[in-house]
Amino acid sequence: MIDVKDEKDVYLASFEQFERERAATSPAWLQRLRKSAMDQFAQLGFPTTRDEEWRFTSVTPLTRVSFQIAGREPTILQTSLLDPLAIRNWKGHLMVFLNGRFCRELSLLGTLPSGMQLRSLAAVAQSEPEILVSYLAHCASLDKHPFAALNTAFIEDGAFVFIPKDTVVELPIHFLFISAPGANPTMSHPRNLIIAGANSQASIVESYAGLNEGVYFTNTVTEAILEDNAIIDHCKLQRESLHAFHFSNLQVRQSRSSNFSTCSITLGGGLVRNDVNTVLMGEGAEATLNGLYVVSGQQHVDNHTQIDHAKPHCTSRELYKGILDQKARGVFNGRIIVRPDAQKTDSKQTNKNLLLSEEALANTNPQLEIYADDVKCTHGATIGQLSADALFYLRARGLGLETARKLLTQAFASEVLRGIKIEPLRQEMETLLHSRLPVDKKVSL
Amino acid sequence: MLEISNLHAEVQGKQILRGINLSVKTGEIHAIMGPNGSGKSTLAQVLAGRESYVVTSGEVLFEGRDLLEMAPEDRAREGIFMAFQYPVEIPGVSNTYFLKAALNAIRKHRGLSELDAMDFLKLVKEKMKLVEMDESLISRPVNEGFSGGEKKRNEIFQMAVLDPRLAILDETDSGLDIDALKIVAKGVNTLHADHRAVIVITHYQRLLNYIVPDQVHVLSNGRIARSGGKELALELEEKGYGWIEEELEHASSVKS
Repeated sequence: MIDVKDEKDVYLASFEQFERERAATSPAWLQRLRKSAMDQFAQLGFPTTRDEEWRFTSVTPLTRVSFQIAGREPTILQTSLLDPLAIRNWKGHLMVFLNGRFCRELSLLGTLPSGMQLRSLAAVAQSEPEILVSYLAHCASLDKHPFAALNTAFIEDGAFVFIPKDTVVELPIHFLFISAPGANPTMSHPRNLIIAGANSQASIVESYAGLNEGVYFTNTVTEAILEDNAIIDHCKLQRESLHAFHFSNLQVRQSRSSNFSTCSITLGGGLVRNDVNTVLMGEGAEATLNGLYVVSGQQHVDNHTQIDHAKPHCTSRELYKGILDQKARGVFNGRIIVRPDAQKTDSKQTNKNLLLSEEALANTNPQLEIYADDVKCTHGATIGQLSADALFYLRARGLGLETARKLLTQAFASEVLRGIKIEPLRQEMETLLHSRLPVDKKVSL
Repeated sequence: MLEISNLHAEVQGKQILRGINLSVKTGEIHAIMGPNGSGKSTLAQVLAGRESYVVTSGEVLFEGRDLLEMAPEDRAREGIFMAFQYPVEIPGVSNTYFLKAALNAIRKHRGLSELDAMDFLKLVKEKMKLVEMDESLISRPVNEGFSGGEKKRNEIFQMAVLDPRLAILDETDSGLDIDALKIVAKGVNTLHADHRAVIVITHYQRLLNYIVPDQVHVLSNGRIARSGGKELALELEEKGYGWIEEELEHASSVKS
């Protein structure tokens, strides 16, 4: 039997070394933050499937591997290696991170509106710690999320975006996180912070990719704070190695009349867990949480979302769709909390799963907790296969079986992709999806 | 063009077709009529290649080739078009995209070059006019949110674009108002030519006021009980199907 304590000890030992190495360079407040987060993680430990939030996802495969913090030495990386990871026809600001650390040479920050900051978190921690002290780890709920606690314990770098009030950022911002795994399994804990001032507006894409099919662990946390009327359009594109572990945590706080939308796309990773949580803490705020997972082989992807309606007149929309092939497993858990004060809440949640093989499996679990009486909340979930009627209809018009299958599968995904507002990204996603969908399959009608 | 002999077929183990014999020559229009459950739609589905309809015996030759051996898409590429009784809604796939893919698959099969966007659009506009279809429908997902009449019109529109050699209309007239019915008839009559053939499956004689068949067949209990000219349709309209079924029963009781 595996001793759970031992698994944690690997990280505790890693942390001690990490702390020692940075004792001279890290500011005291950051050391304290890391230490308390590590204590929190030590207390929580790795979740088990007895934990309600982790019922369908076992982290045992993760705890069996000893990961080391990815090395500081710069991996030789030519820009040409980035080409397959880039978004074609992209026009915008680009921050590239290698093994979790900002890579200035590969980044194209471009010209920013006056007062706006787009920097590496590590640099901000050195030069302007005040802003991090006021915001960092304030909405990450470390007591409920062991992996967010672990990320905070190992905080070192990530993207920092500050958009001053009344500022509209015209071009989209892309954070590209690249893992270049070495001979031994490595881990990185990217930490991003987005602060959108009142009446500001920006589009942000986070993408995660591996340079090869190695074993590594990406444990990322993004916090986003939207002041009154701020509009953030966010998208996360995950195409890690199929042997990678990808755990992500997006924590959003929304003030009055702010609008946050995100689309989480999962293509890669062997074991994947995405947590997306938003708190609608001001009247009239609006959140759209969308997601698409297209997985096959032995991939396991777990999407957990939570929308907390804390104030009246807020709107939330949620659409998650999964395409599961071979032995892939998809988990969706959508929790919506409507607080007693949150009258006139308008909330809609949908999760649809398309199973392309008999061995694929989907679990879906809507969780509505409604404490107000004048609200509109709907939810729906489906798990099904390609429609035999639709397949026959297409074939009866001359489309080949494979073309018909592919067309219907793409059509299933298109509902989510249509919601991506950044045009080059949407096109890139359509192309990526097209190349990933299964082609040579037998089908029985 | 089409030679059906002794065709038997079943659905989910239930025998529906019990020995159909039918010969359709180029340039002809055949009407197949019959009461509910007589096997009209089963015949259409079997000809189009629906795999849940199992042919247990018999033969179908299309232009001298074994039709039953072909996959549904190959039948379509060879020139068979079935207008569905219940056209399927396909969310997320636009009518234009679908039809262009279908047309080019068929053209490729016929050794023709693929149509580019401009030529396709020109063709589409011309055929939409023929079926008086609203142009906004073409950019919408296939049949999604279409009314019953719009769906049927979309079938005729597809038929006009895909230019089949043998068109099979499976109760395309059911549920249509008189204006839509005339449009369907116009679509068929425009298509009608010496090198083509049409099979109109219908429950009612009404459509045959506008499409004049060369032959009318009455299907009953999985067999063609009677064949005749267009006057047979009028006789059916007047007397219903009962007398044919009675005749059949009488014949079989005499035999036994």
